Amino acid sequence: MADNQTTLLDAAGINRSLIRIAHEILERNKGIADVVMIGIRSGGAFLADGIAQQIDCIEGGAVQVGAVDITLYRDDVSGHLPHHPVGRTDIPFSLEGKRVVLVDDVLFTGRTIRAAMDALMDFGRPQCIQLAVLIDRGHRELPIRADFVGRNVPTSLKENVKVVFNDRHQPTEVVLEK
Amino acid sequence: MAEFRHKDIIALRDLTGEEIGLLLSTAESMREINSRDIKKVPTLRGKTIINLFYEASTRTRTSFEIAGKRLSADTVNISTSTSSSTKGETLADTALNLLAMKPDIIVMRHAVSGSHYFLSKYLPNCSIINAGDGAHEHPSQGLLDMLTMKDKFGRLDGLKVAIVGDITHSRVARSNIQGLTKMGSAIYLAGPPTMMPPGVERLGNVTVCNSMKEAIQDADVVMMLRIQQERQGKTLMPNAREYSRYFGLNPDNLKLAKPGAMVMHPGPINRGVEMSSYVVDGDQSHILKQVENGVAVRMSMLYHVCGGELE
Repeated sequence: MADNQTTLLDAAGINRSLIRIAHEILERNKGIADVVMIGIRSGGAFLADGIAQQIDCIEGGAVQVGAVDITLYRDDVSGHLPHHPVGRTDIPFSLEGKRVVLVDDVLFTGRTIRAAMDALMDFGRPQCIQLAVLIDRGHRELPIRADFVGRNVPTSLKENVKVVFNDRHQPTEVVLEK
Repeated sequence: MAEFRHKDIIALRDLTGEEIGLLLSTAESMREINSRDIKKVPTLRGKTIINLFYEASTRTRTSFEIAGKRLSADTVNISTSTSSSTKGETLADTALNLLAMKPDIIVMRHAVSGSHYFLSKYLPNCSIINAGDGAHEHPSQGLLDMLTMKDKFGRLDGLKVAIVGDITHSRVARSNIQGLTKMGSAIYLAGPPTMMPPGVERLGNVTVCNSMKEAIQDADVVMMLRIQQERQGKTLMPNAREYSRYFGLNPDNLKLAKPGAMVMHPGPINRGVEMSSYVVDGDQSHILKQVENGVAVRMSMLYHVCGGELE
């Protein structure tokens, strides 16, 4: 690892956080009735799968999992900069009346979450949306907070926090880059 | 990662294979929007798109209009019969007048090859998309054809694609030749010698065949072109029946292609001339799939030109 990187969480640490988040989701929602998980591509989508697996282990019932790509809902597409490649949104069920748990890897400015909520509203009117993130690094630019947090990490704006995934889309570590 | 830096899409000849790949992968993602209950995303909110059509079109114009609307842009259609060009206004004057209305994208179809390059020089702050220019290119059709092939085969590399018909007048053929060559496919052309432009091999990975049978033998894709009676003089073929006999696709000669080969046609079809109805409505026909992919491909084009660099 380069000198300018520090590991914040290793694979085991990430796993413990995901298990705790799974328990908290079940506690808050009193089970899995009407609960669906939506991950934000790409990191959040992988984590949503992980949390859903934990919920399945704990509760013995599968929750529906979808993925949302927020590129088309970004608030910075009007500039003449090359547009980001568009990933696939995959929500093969209605969100009408559902308790949606939105999952992302790192919560930063909150703009991604704003975009994701706008996207979700196009799939029906959920009963509520809750937010689960692995890392909250602060520096919000919008009035958004997470309901379930793996770890709070105070950062400076010059730093970058990255969740690293392996080829099988499993999280292996969280790195702070200076 | 591939980036798209062009403000215009005038010809697939001007794009790299990577850029074409990016347009196709964005189109695959755009397709999901078209299957939602609420078929709209806010991406191009506040952008104005003018569809300027100097030639007749149903499919392409409607498809561009829907694509723009699904991305939340404001789309305006101008067709020749209602525009000032019938009163003698030149293309340059029309362009400058439209510019005063501050459009972000102009989608144009024009009978003169290369007119989009001319228009682009007049409008440095506006994106130009070619919806067909003379016998030059029809990039959105080329892209949607490639997307339809990619859907079926999962790749474009190594495909044998036969294109049969009036190559001379076909901008669809030229865009497919340019695009497919860059994506690694091999193109085999067949058509009456009067409709085969000399030197067409130089456009890409093209083999000109002496007969239709030779072109469609073992092909993965058989693309039939429309006989463009409005563009041809009367001398290019004796009559439609003779054409159909030598260059029409029917269930018998389709058997020469690979089993399950795709049949495509850019439309509108002259049933019984270039294709028999059995083939048009048959299992191997992907003609309506092409139309469906048209909206997604055009959404992708509109999205990416908006992020292109202004000169």
